[in-house]
Amino acid sequence: MHALKDYESVVGAEIVEELRLLSEKTKGLKVQNVNSTAVGGGVAEILNRMVPLLRELEVDARWDVIKGGEKFFKVTKKFHNALHGKAEEIGPNDFSVFLETSEMNNRSLELAGDILVIHDPQPIALIQQKNKLNAKWIWRCHIDVSQPDERVWNFLRPFMDRYDGSVFSAPSFSQELPIRQFLISPSIDPLSDKNKELSEETVRGILEKFQIDPEKPLVTQVSRFDYLKDPLGVIEAFERVQKNVDCQLVLVGGEASDDPESVEVLARVRERAAGNPDVHVLAIPSGSDLEINALQRGSTVIVQKSIREGFGLTVTEALWKAKPVVASAVGGITLQISHKYSGLLCRSVEGAAYAIKQVLQNPEYGKRLGENGREQVRQNFLLTRHLRDYLLLFLALSHEGDIVRF
Amino acid sequence: MSQADPFHFYTRLHLRELTGLKAKNLTELAAHLETVPGSVVYHHTHHFLQQHQYLSPEPPNDFAYWVTEILQDKRLGERLASINTCDFKTIRELREKILSTIRGYLEKAKDLREAPEGEEFHLVKSISFVFPTPYSVSNLEEFAAVLKKITIHSIYFHMFEARIRLEKGTNDFSLWLEGLGEKELAQKIARLDPYTHTMEGLRTKVIQLVENRIRKAGRG
Repeated sequence: MHALKDYESVVGAEIVEELRLLSEKTKGLKVQNVNSTAVGGGVAEILNRMVPLLRELEVDARWDVIKGGEKFFKVTKKFHNALHGKAEEIGPNDFSVFLETSEMNNRSLELAGDILVIHDPQPIALIQQKNKLNAKWIWRCHIDVSQPDERVWNFLRPFMDRYDGSVFSAPSFSQELPIRQFLISPSIDPLSDKNKELSEETVRGILEKFQIDPEKPLVTQVSRFDYLKDPLGVIEAFERVQKNVDCQLVLVGGEASDDPESVEVLARVRERAAGNPDVHVLAIPSGSDLEINALQRGSTVIVQKSIREGFGLTVTEALWKAKPVVASAVGGITLQISHKYSGLLCRSVEGAAYAIKQVLQNPEYGKRLGENGREQVRQNFLLTRHLRDYLLLFLALSHEGDIVRF
Repeated sequence: MSQADPFHFYTRLHLRELTGLKAKNLTELAAHLETVPGSVVYHHTHHFLQQHQYLSPEPPNDFAYWVTEILQDKRLGERLASINTCDFKTIRELREKILSTIRGYLEKAKDLREAPEGEEFHLVKSISFVFPTPYSVSNLEEFAAVLKKITIHSIYFHMFEARIRLEKGTNDFSLWLEGLGEKELAQKIARLDPYTHTMEGLRTKVIQLVENRIRKAGRG
């Protein structure tokens, strides 16, 4: 685990000093985070890094996890998909399962603190304990709810509306709500295995391990095998590019889990890729952070052709490595990429192909996009900025007005 | 050089608050702009300064960017991009100018372009938190030294927020320098168009002006 001081070399000593100055106003606050899983997934990853740094800044931060059986998590997975706008069969029984487990957690989970930060829909019903505590309650929504399934959204609304405030990752996720809504972008940790600097030999070694030619231009998409990430669309776009440019494609994601959809998507992607020796489909164990880092660093252009996206941290990772990125104009991606300035946005297979080709044919242009992208991330999407936003959020809960003076 | 109170450096950090309001065309945007708080107009005309400190994308304000890139209306986009924020002393005046530019265009517009789904303009407001830093200075040498090590957020606060959001008429540095008897230097800094510099570029420029003055006074 890294200390704040370690980030000085990346963001500048003055930024860390400013964080310490800010933390004088939040010193001693008791903040309890609750989510649904201690390992795996973006939320756990960010809490793992954020909680120790908050503690270093003398915020008494803790993190707890709700309990739930297989049935509950099946239901919350359906909720998750439905909130992303995907058609799901959801019946009255699903809502009952959700409420029963929520009630069990409300009985067993001890809540305390000045501020409670409840992450995502799974633990949202903990708000039923609001009257028991003299605390401010925040619902931190990490998912894209720009076009949510109305049944699920309306079911969650009475819980949501009782919070003192909510946090979303992109402006397009906000709806008109009776509570305050803050915009906090997620972040990446520049010192983690997934993002730290790597030597050329390491990058080369890993490319060769996956039988990728280090000399040939490489187009990469890093994402789980999911229809929402449109891996088949990426292959189609790549094959259009291939007609004019000799290059190779890597689609890399977690290996098939017990998620039946992911198994199906991976099988279809493999089938589609068969017969094209320049398309590499890599399903690798979760936690292969160094490998992902090297594949990103070894790429000529990185693609994220998602149909829906929460924030798109894979885009942030790619920009941080100063790579030109071609990505769909969805969710938080539009916050990260200003078209033709820090990357290229697309809206179709044809558009993606055209943009990839542009970058491959004009390396200098790609380099400039990549460099702008890296600075954009340095200023806005690193862990230190995220930490600062959290401290400001804590202050906003207890201070009125659009200009708060200390 | 006359005596003046020391200059205390402050810094300003901001948090973005969502309004839940969005516009898919210019009529909707104009309607929202009439009613939203000034902190929304402030956010969309200023956040790029702190978000892109090394290189600014063109066009720089969100209204111009959205009109140019999403509505694909380059003519109006250019008009919005060329509104010179320096010409306005308050956010109210700036809002009026943006609104009259859009309204004037709408009166003549033949067709109303719509943003594709998912690319509507989302109205966001900016909440500022202003803190004192440990730095205070009494002369030009000390001033230049702190300018070199303070965060860009502090320079931003004194150069932009103090002038237009706190409605001081000019930037804090120039106000203090006037009091110090450095009228010419104060005017030189006030005359810079800070919106056409990147934040790092602006830092360098101000330091350069101060150091030139120190040299000229034979103290460098």
